[in-house]
Amino acid sequence: MQQIINFILRYRNFILYVFLMIISLGFTIQSHSYHQSHFFNSSSWVAGNIYETSFGITSYFDLATENKKLVEENKKLQILLLNENGSTVSKLDSTQMAYVVNSGQVIKNSYADPRNYITINKGESDRIKQDMGVITSEGILGIIENTSSNFATVQSILNENSNINAKLKNTNNFGSLKWNARTYNEVQLVDIPRLVPLVIGDTIVTGGMSSIFPENVLIGTIKKFDLNDSKSFWNIEVALFNDMTNIKNVYIVSNTDRKEIIALQEETKSND
Amino acid sequence: MISNNYVINVIRFVLLVLVQVLVFNRLNFFGFINPMVYILFLYWYPIKQNRAAFIGLCFLLGLSIDFLSDTMAINTAATITIAYLRPIIMRFVFGVNYEFQNFKLGNATRVQQFAFLALLIVVHHLVFFTLEIFSFSNLLLILKKVFSTSTTTLVLCLLFSSLFSVKKE
Repeated sequence: MQQIINFILRYRNFILYVFLMIISLGFTIQSHSYHQSHFFNSSSWVAGNIYETSFGITSYFDLATENKKLVEENKKLQILLLNENGSTVSKLDSTQMAYVVNSGQVIKNSYADPRNYITINKGESDRIKQDMGVITSEGILGIIENTSSNFATVQSILNENSNINAKLKNTNNFGSLKWNARTYNEVQLVDIPRLVPLVIGDTIVTGGMSSIFPENVLIGTIKKFDLNDSKSFWNIEVALFNDMTNIKNVYIVSNTDRKEIIALQEETKSND
Repeated sequence: MISNNYVINVIRFVLLVLVQVLVFNRLNFFGFINPMVYILFLYWYPIKQNRAAFIGLCFLLGLSIDFLSDTMAINTAATITIAYLRPIIMRFVFGVNYEFQNFKLGNATRVQQFAFLALLIVVHHLVFFTLEIFSFSNLLLILKKVFSTSTTTLVLCLLFSSLFSVKKE
């Protein structure tokens, strides 16, 4: 017994180190699975408020360009609205809408890590929940991962764990959108069969298979493509429309039918 | 004098975390280099102190950085590793001198200070990027990131340490 105590006392620093290392490795390895750890995310109250304060100071510097972007987008939407046939009033009944849109602002952004997360200043009190889609006026940004009462973290499309249904705009062939953690302005589209004709510059948009994003939200254009190892599918490099380094205003999109879709899919699976 | 030391370390802790998270994590030099200047905390921390407390403190330091930058516990793992290895690195760099009671970082030669800082940074970055990328098939990518980020961190840390130099007494 004496010897055991002596041993512990002698190597107490090493034991402490190993203990702390196991804790941190535990948290790290846990994060390699689908969902981010609930302890380590910047949607928490403390982290959110630190970033909110810093955002409050720095946001003034690019107000002019942000305003210009928003006016451009308004113009686009006005054109759509004015060219719409018939009355638009009857369509604004919220019980009839398939998608509800909320706005938010990015208070923390990163794009240099293999797993990037973005923090926005909207949370549960604005009815933001996990697995809602986040888009900007130029294209998709990511999926809500964790929420607190006033903040939420977004799993960026620049994240190794990200996997989003996407399709070619003109042929409707769909595949999954992933990221290989190399450059922040390119993502990869895989699982498009080799029979599909591709042209550099083709537009990639979100597919209709996911219950997170609406169909036909812009993603990017084909920059380069070649066959994968098995020679039966294309590996496509997609240049993003979004400038991932400079994002401020975002929209959070939620599908009002998502619950029903998920429930139905679960039921179908369990009947197999 | 002792309480003064505590206050200085607490202030250093908070300032380094804020500077790291609000300034250096957003630098993205060449698109991917984010220097980690908070390692200076381990460089500046008094030498003759309780080692277990020091490791605990570094755990907290890494945890606060991770908490604010959505990196899971990678910073924590890297920081406690260099906290644990610090006495070994010091013995390697400063030789027996460091065992003496009146040894101070300010008394060491420039080359020794530089070597000490460089070793801390390289070990930290090795652990950090290995865990971050988490696959040995990307060994070249890990080495590239370690090399480029270490260089940047080292330059910035040297600038900082000469800016806020510990007075020679």
